[in-house]
Amino acid sequence: MLSEGSSFMKGMIMGGLFCLVLSLLGSFTPGTESNSEDHHHHHVKAPSKDELKRFTDSEMEEIRQQVQVYCIIMVQPKFLVYWATAKDTWSKHCDRAVFYTSESSKALEAVDLNEKDEWARLRKALKHAYDNAGDLRWFFLAQPTTFAIIENLKYLVLAKDPSEPFYIGHTLKSGELEFVEYESGIVLSYEALKRLVHVFRDEEKCPERGRSLWKLSEEKQLAICLKYTGVFAENGEDAQGKGLFSSKGVDSLISDSMKNNPTNVVEGCCSDVAVTFSGMSPSQMQVMMFGVYRLRPYGHNFHDSLVFKPPQDSDND
Amino acid sequence: MCPGGSPVQSGEDSRMADELYKKVRILCWVMTGPNNLEKKAKHVKATWSRHCNIVVFMSSVDDPDFPTVGLGTKEGRDQLYWKTIRAYHYAYEHHGHEADWFLKADDDTYVIVDNLRWVLANRTPDEPIYFGRRFKPYAKQGYMSGGAGYVLSKEALRRFVEGFKNKVCTHTTSVEDLAMGQCMEKVGVKAGDSRDTAHRETFHPFVPEQHLTTKFPKSFWYWSYCYYPISEGPNCCSDLSVSFHYVDATLMYVLEYYTYHLRAFGYRHRYQPPSPKNYEILDSVDSQDASEADAKEGGIKEMASEGKGGGEGEHLPKLDKGQEVNLPPFAEKGPPAVPPEKRR
Repeated sequence: MLSEGSSFMKGMIMGGLFCLVLSLLGSFTPGTESNSEDHHHHHVKAPSKDELKRFTDSEMEEIRQQVQVYCIIMVQPKFLVYWATAKDTWSKHCDRAVFYTSESSKALEAVDLNEKDEWARLRKALKHAYDNAGDLRWFFLAQPTTFAIIENLKYLVLAKDPSEPFYIGHTLKSGELEFVEYESGIVLSYEALKRLVHVFRDEEKCPERGRSLWKLSEEKQLAICLKYTGVFAENGEDAQGKGLFSSKGVDSLISDSMKNNPTNVVEGCCSDVAVTFSGMSPSQMQVMMFGVYRLRPYGHNFHDSLVFKPPQDSDND
Repeated sequence: MCPGGSPVQSGEDSRMADELYKKVRILCWVMTGPNNLEKKAKHVKATWSRHCNIVVFMSSVDDPDFPTVGLGTKEGRDQLYWKTIRAYHYAYEHHGHEADWFLKADDDTYVIVDNLRWVLANRTPDEPIYFGRRFKPYAKQGYMSGGAGYVLSKEALRRFVEGFKNKVCTHTTSVEDLAMGQCMEKVGVKAGDSRDTAHRETFHPFVPEQHLTTKFPKSFWYWSYCYYPISEGPNCCSDLSVSFHYVDATLMYVLEYYTYHLRAFGYRHRYQPPSPKNYEILDSVDSQDASEADAKEGGIKEMASEGKGGGEGEHLPKLDKGQEVNLPPFAEKGPPAVPPEKRR
């Protein structure tokens, strides 16, 4: 009995090691050749007031018309309340907001991708957005629990050319791979999305059903595919270097700051032109609408070089 | 550090706020106690009270380190009116000439002092008037919610102090806000309307989340207390809200972040509040900016000129902030037999 058991164990271990080796080989990603075209910055900073002064009035007007954002919001019926909240709050500030769902819901309108696999669904959504972009040149990919301030996203990219590849958000590192955290929102320029949609056709580099025995998260798969096309993740920051994309909510960030910077809680916390927060409840998102778009102290004015008007048919902003 | 008390963001034009700081001087006194200094009052001190012209933290005992003024009372809910009486007397005696308006707030009230200055800018401190979140029961002209904070003109404060000297006002009840309302009525101080030009409330007895998203049950006392019609949802609250209540430490900093820091770049607010009279030169956009704005918006004027009421899409009759809104009195339901205990 014992000898049978130990043979069995040896067999299991060898089989397991064999599988491990195979899958490691399968997930091996060769480093990409870097062309002289690629810009290897690791962060994208919002423009300073001086930088903006260099544009003429007519250039600014052109920029305002061009910096239009297509929001790709990935939803599921099980997150119906968040779906409804996104629809009723921040997404109204996108130039176009399209909800992409895993399965349709009678309650809310969305593009039904009819796809259970998350990576395959994301690919379909990105392709759909690319095919339907029209004149829009910036794409923002969000989850149901993300809250985005689109005007601040526009501010971040307004001096950038969308016909260059940009892949921006809160960057994280996994081994050698730098990727943008999905939960805090992913920004893609038209060129980046174009390259991505093309590399989707390459089953070697960017397989549809994912690679390796252990399924990589969509955010990492995205980063790998983009890397093949020479597009690298960049961290979105304000002019002072503060991160603009967060996977936490404002209460959580303030709480952290109360512990870490008790004498300078608000300054030590978050940017004045933050782009995303995440993990907030639907009620907290309504409060954020009020806090961002309405509540302010009388007598303090900003003479911003661009003006964004409030959206039609909305009363909570 | 500019006179407003908080650091200014780069590119921020605070001339109007600075002008109001000089012309509408506010003394804030904060009701606190020795057990709440670290938990609550400390965070008030680190946030909104910096924007007052003068701030005094009132406690039962002196604390030279914080600092707090000792009122010589005990602590406890039944002491609230005693503390209020003594606090206002202290403010009058020590700072009567240094301020025009005298605000009472709790250590869990968050106040946006710049917005209070806007509400008060068209008034004068010589008027016998006070402002806050108006409640209607128990007093003919109503009274102001204690937790949401209320502000007395200098003349109102003078009459309050006189009233106690002449025994016209006494310690009638420990329900502080009601007692204050009864005294104000006796000495001829008017209960003002603090709503903005779109009829939205500025002083709030609860946190923003509750006013914006909660559907209060119809049996909740709030429905029968509010002097003006209640709005749920976005219309609950003015863009220029002045106060919120039941604000814990974290929310103090969150509100400071929302009010003074976080914004949407370039966003043109729906509600364009009219400038106070005699201040319009500072509030209007520079001529250079105006022409830029014209070019960018295709001719839509950015100027906030005097007398312009409401904002985009606001089709309400233009009201001077000085004008009282003559709403029909609500049908008298009769007061409940026993005034309910108010949570503090």
